[in-house]
Amino acid sequence: MSEAGPAGTGSEAGSEAPGFVIVGAGECGTRAALALREAGYDGPVTLVGTEIHTPYERPPLSKDAIAADMPEPKTIGGADGLAERGIVFRPGVTVVSLDRAAQVVVLSDGTRLAYHRLLLATGARPRALPVPGIDGPNVATLRGLEDAARIRAALGPGRRLAVIGGGFIGLELAASARRLGTEVTVIEALPRLLSRGVPEEVAGILAARHEAEGVRLIFGARIVEVTGDGVALEGGITVPADLVLVGIGAVPETALAEAAGLAIDNGIAVDDRLATSDPAIFAAGDCAAFLHPGYGRRIRLESWRSAQEQGTLAARNMLGAEQPVSAVPWFWSDQYDLTLQIAGLAEGSITTVRRPVGEGFVLFHLGPEGRLLAASGVGPGNAVAKDIRLAEMLIARGAHPDPEALATVPNLKKLLSA
Amino acid sequence: MAWIRACSADDIDEEDVARFDHDGRTFAIYHSPDGEFFATDGLCTHEQIHLADGLVLDNIIECPKHNGRFDYRTGEAKGAPVCVDLNTYKVKVEDGEVFVDV
Ligand SMILES: Cc1cc2nc3c(=O)[nH]c(=O)nc-3n(C[C@H](O)[C@H](O)[C@H](O)COP(=O)(O)OP(=O)(O)OC[C@H]3O[C@@H](n4cnc5c(N)ncnc54)[C@H](O)[C@@H]3O)c2cc1C
Ligand code: FES
Repeated sequence: MSEAGPAGTGSEAGSEAPGFVIVGAGECGTRAALALREAGYDGPVTLVGTEIHTPYERPPLSKDAIAADMPEPKTIGGADGLAERGIVFRPGVTVVSLDRAAQVVVLSDGTRLAYHRLLLATGARPRALPVPGIDGPNVATLRGLEDAARIRAALGPGRRLAVIGGGFIGLELAASARRLGTEVTVIEALPRLLSRGVPEEVAGILAARHEAEGVRLIFGARIVEVTGDGVALEGGITVPADLVLVGIGAVPETALAEAAGLAIDNGIAVDDRLATSDPAIFAAGDCAAFLHPGYGRRIRLESWRSAQEQGTLAARNMLGAEQPVSAVPWFWSDQYDLTLQIAGLAEGSITTVRRPVGEGFVLFHLGPEGRLLAASGVGPGNAVAKDIRLAEMLIARGAHPDPEALATVPNLKKLLSA
Repeated sequence: MAWIRACSADDIDEEDVARFDHDGRTFAIYHSPDGEFFATDGLCTHEQIHLADGLVLDNIIECPKHNGRFDYRTGEAKGAPVCVDLNTYKVKVEDGEVFVDV
């Protein structure tokens, strides 16, 4: 398909009809660009990204890029994948404004770029912690390659890391920092780790493992300030640290959309086809809150696989496919040799069924009338992967599996044909 | 090239996979839903992850780590995040024993 927009809508290149412009060269935007080509579109595609790098995978940044000194980041779609497919990639360039009436975006280098369809894949940025001293030179957040390089350089034997926030990125970094011999303290405001979206039993396994590995966990902490010596807590405790990592979640990057008057709802608001309130503009990935037909409301995910799936779906829908979102949310995290995987959203669950799997276990979360809503598993290596994947398929079907079978059937695949 | 015995045909259920290590290399042996056997490299081409921990659905093996998918009959990578194909190896079954041409 090579549909083009109305000729000359503000295009200063003039000769070529405006094609697809993608804002943000992360997991989602890059996958979207590749997917446009996979779907057979051979018109102009421009991928604009603030970062100067060839698009790379973010998940290793808290894992092997720290713990195993991964020399080169893993690129998305191969080092030359974009060029080989005739995708114009503009690294180190930010889209600074969006003129919806003219269907033009303005880039930080002054270029005006006309679009027929625009995809906003601007991702998320680390949430800021409003305490005194937070802008000090010993404070870091982790989102990009430069952050990871800087953090890694500050870790090692004899160094002390304080992680503010017992969420995924902080805990993964804590594990990686321990691998390098760093002294690590995790400071959490709530009474337990991973209180958002992870069942208590699973979080408990991870907490126990961190403690066994020598990480100090402080719960219910109130931070007074960050100083050159570390983190001062209410009650007079100071956690000494050479580096303070703030990992208290991420906020969607919506400024461009907001300034252009697009609807916002904890992220750029899109429908079940990932279209924004302007039908020429789509949004996907960490920046987007999308209407999930399976939940009947908008959700925003910060998940690598969702970013890929949404990028691919947005590309197809920008070409007119009209396909609704259907994927079940899925997430994983690696800490030490433990892998956690979660499929679905557990909220609204009434009962939990536990299934031992090797040295790990899977919890199935069942809702009203026994419908399977989510599954969370943790174990060494990939012990729980198969069962989580099968659970994901059951969730997608709206299955009401027999709880007894979930707990004990030797092969969960049997339940798929039930 | 040499035929090496990997396992008994009974060791792998239909629509399932098993790991086979030989001479410092690792392979994945598949038993397809229609009863045929296939073999590929044992590790995913995205990261070094054993595919035998993954799920077999029809002719697809899904990597357990990030769900990269391959057609195990041809080794073809079926989309993100995997883009490099797997090597495949010839398999024969004799007297209920599975042999791989490594
Ligand atoms: C350290 C770390 C570890 C993670 N580990 C896991 C994990 O184990 N499992 C998991 O499921 N998920 C993980 N994630 C989350 C996953 O990486 C994200 O969900 C995914 O990267 C989201 O993709 P995205 O393209 O939506 O956003 P991003 O990857 O953030 O990409 C957005 C890009 O847009 C650019 N941009 C923003 N605004 C503009 C603009 N105006 N103009 C041009 N460019 C712009 C940004 O610079 C950025 O490069 C991790 C994330 C991090 C940071
Ligand atoms: S390791 Fe196989 S898909 Fe990533």
